[in-house]
Amino acid sequence: MIELSNVHKRFGSNEVLKGITASVEKSEVVCIIGPSGSGKSTILRCINGLESYEAGEILVEGTKVDNTSPSIVSIRTQVSMVFQRFNLFPHRTALENVVEGPIYVKKEPPAEAGERGRALLAQVGLADKIDAHPAQLSGGQQQRVAIARALAMQPKAILFDEPTSALDPELVGEVLGVMRKLADDGMTMVVVTHEMGFARDVADRVLFIDGGVIVEQGTAKSVLDKPQQARTQDFLRRVLHPL
Amino acid sequence: MQNFLRDTAEFLPILLQGVWLTVVVTIGSLLLSTVLGLLWAMMRVSGIRVLSGLSAGLINVIRGIPIIVLLFYLYFVMPEFGVAMSALQASILGLGIAYSAYQSENFRAGIEAIDKGQIEAAQTIGMGWWLTMRRVVLPQAVRIVLPPYGNVMIMMLKDSSQASTITVAELALQGKLIASSTFKNTSVFTLVALMYLTMSIPLILLVRHFEKKASRK
Repeated sequence: MIELSNVHKRFGSNEVLKGITASVEKSEVVCIIGPSGSGKSTILRCINGLESYEAGEILVEGTKVDNTSPSIVSIRTQVSMVFQRFNLFPHRTALENVVEGPIYVKKEPPAEAGERGRALLAQVGLADKIDAHPAQLSGGQQQRVAIARALAMQPKAILFDEPTSALDPELVGEVLGVMRKLADDGMTMVVVTHEMGFARDVADRVLFIDGGVIVEQGTAKSVLDKPQQARTQDFLRRVLHPL
Repeated sequence: MQNFLRDTAEFLPILLQGVWLTVVVTIGSLLLSTVLGLLWAMMRVSGIRVLSGLSAGLINVIRGIPIIVLLFYLYFVMPEFGVAMSALQASILGLGIAYSAYQSENFRAGIEAIDKGQIEAAQTIGMGWWLTMRRVVLPQAVRIVLPPYGNVMIMMLKDSSQASTITVAELALQGKLIASSTFKNTSVFTLVALMYLTMSIPLILLVRHFEKKASRK
């Protein structure tokens, strides 16, 4: 459902994506791992048009991603995104954050959207926080609201950009738990993450990216347990055994 | 002191007529400068080069012309081009335009202070530029913008006295007229100053309230 072919992206003279070719099938969970600055987040940001790309092609359900074209709105409502820093709207309650898109972008009747919003917040374990503002919530709770907000758009896929990197360690589990459940329910997910445990348990496929190219890809087991490339081996050794 | 009280009783009714015009000029030009300032700010942050360039140029021109000259221009020069307006209209228009430049810079600073992640979050749920502004950016920018906005209100109240230069009989001009016909300069101008101060105090308190509110968030 998401296809990237030979995607190139540069920021000024710095080429961050040097020909990325990959695809994500329906209901597949793909984890992208790799060192900082390797271009992982940029891939996600190109998929939903937050960044443009210079060459190659990205297709979402057969439609080319072009953030100068009006079609980008329909792509963004089909492919939601969850950010590292949550990016909840601080002036709105949890429920208002969740129903904002359905009501103002998809023009759903507020009562209907509200009902679904409540159900989604209950689904991520925050039924008692619907009227709380983001500032009153912990990082883990905020990220779960953000996931509910993404789900409220009834997307065909969700992009997760390091969703647990800004969390205190003891709050990581609650967010990963929600994500695992989504994966079990068949949601198509692309997850940029440093959580190797999550990648191993949940991902159907893992992509290791370094220097703007896909160095290695395959099933989670093959990439994480028996990496073939020296760069992958080196990266995993440093992530799994930092001391 | 007794003289002052007697003079106050005598002049206050006339000065109060001037207060009414001061209030009209202040509120009128405040509204106009807010609308224009918002328009310039939106043009500036629109990302459309022609609009942002136009806005930047306009703001610099407005900023570079003294308010009093702008008022003279509107009231004395425009009629030569067939655009005649009353002194009151000219003063509201002139002060509104002059202050729109400062309002605009204030609004723009407020808009640009909003975290880029907010805009990206709005985009990822499919919001376009205008919806993002209306639902996400502006409601948050208001909190940042309000304290300086309150200061602009105070400055406008005082600068409304410049309307006296084009014959609007607001508080300052009424005072000047009474003073020059009675020679009671001390009483009259003390009274005028006290009346401006009295009108400023609620605004000063309002600014303090805004500042408290902004720092709480």
